Amino acid sequence: MKSITVEEITAAVRQLCMDVSYDLPADVERALQAGLEREESSFGQYCLTQILQNCQMARESRQAMCQDTGIAVVYLEVGQDVHIVGGSLTDAVNEGVRQGYEDGYLRKSVVMEPLFSRENTGDNTPAVIHTEIVSGENLRILVVPKGAGSENMGAVKMLKPADGLEGAKKFILDTVRNAGGNPCPPIVVGIGVGGTMEKAPMLAKKALTRELGSRNPNPLYAALEEELLGEINKMGIGPQGLGGRVTALAVHIEYYPTHIAMLPVAVNLNCHAARHREVIL
Amino acid sequence: MNQIKKLTTPLTEESIKNLHAGDSVLLSGVIYTARDKAHKLLTETLAAGKALPVDLQNQLIYYVGPAPAKPGQPIGSCGPTTSSRMDSYAPMLIRQAGLKGMLGKGPRSEEVIQAMKDCTAVYLAAIGGTGVAISHSVKKAEVIAYEELGTCAIRRLEVEDLPCIVAIDCDGNNLYTQGVAQYRQDK
Repeated sequence: MKSITVEEITAAVRQLCMDVSYDLPADVERALQAGLEREESSFGQYCLTQILQNCQMARESRQAMCQDTGIAVVYLEVGQDVHIVGGSLTDAVNEGVRQGYEDGYLRKSVVMEPLFSRENTGDNTPAVIHTEIVSGENLRILVVPKGAGSENMGAVKMLKPADGLEGAKKFILDTVRNAGGNPCPPIVVGIGVGGTMEKAPMLAKKALTRELGSRNPNPLYAALEEELLGEINKMGIGPQGLGGRVTALAVHIEYYPTHIAMLPVAVNLNCHAARHREVIL
Repeated sequence: MNQIKKLTTPLTEESIKNLHAGDSVLLSGVIYTARDKAHKLLTETLAAGKALPVDLQNQLIYYVGPAPAKPGQPIGSCGPTTSSRMDSYAPMLIRQAGLKGMLGKGPRSEEVIQAMKDCTAVYLAAIGGTGVAISHSVKKAEVIAYEELGTCAIRRLEVEDLPCIVAIDCDGNNLYTQGVAQYRQDK
């Protein structure tokens, strides 16, 4: 049994919120660099050059790379032999978000109630928290700030099993094509297949946090990731939707067992600022 | 990419007609920020026949919700937000308030483009996700209306050589459709 205090959790989340906004992960930066090398459109090359320069500036000046520092999505993998002491885990995470967004000069983009007042909570809380109990005595905290430009272009659909692979491909490609230049391409495409109506989008979002360009261990899904990436990069959308070869940096698919009569498919898009950062306590 | 053109606000019909889809632009002068909620309030004010809190005649609106400024800076990261969220409001501002320019990112609706053609207005795009670089072009920022909206308040920005691209010109030439058509390889 390991004890972790709520103060340690708050401090870790605070730091993650700031670092993730300033410092683009190396895998994403490498993918953008590789994209620049294969982009043929002059607008696309210009966009990618500016994006890479901006990443460098954000890292050096510790300033948010994008003003949309998102709603904080926080994944907690709690080892079943961990004892959290001194208060509530949820409160500790939200306090970390509050401090990180305030102290880090990050934008507060959360409204308390979505339909009527849409009043800003003023401190970017609450976070969207996904907690999973796992074996062991560690607490893994993964922070994924999600901006609206790309999140608004995602979709989930309950296909029929008869729609099959072709139906799934069509839905995924239609979603990306309809998104066009809106989600700040080059994008990362996260896809969740299977489970239930809420499980598929959970898988799609988690897929966005995989090391960029890593492949699903199932060779059939790995091949589908390759095929879809190729198809998406034939669409001509290009960086910022101004036309070009580099529309997506990667396609990641996650799947889960599903019901005999279901075929849920979810697509979660990420802008080129594919921010995610984790710590293990 | 075409030649780089300097553009200064307030905009004139002549300066707008000189801009063609695909031109690179360095934008200078005073511009105003507004996004969804400010647009809703502006259009409701117009519909009620009341005066706007800011005169938009010959002006340009930048779709942005900036991050907080660090000490000593006029503004934090301030890249463009998705313009299509303002599509339902923009035609009214163009047709009734004299708005001549918009700066944002991503495609626009047919209704917006028609209003731009009818009233000689231009749509510029900045590169989404380059908020630090763009903040260096902002010399001064002050909230002038709807302060209660926080990042969504209307700000008056003084900008110098803010880099952007003419995405849709006043003749309706559209870089989004042209660019994609040029590089599309499927079907």
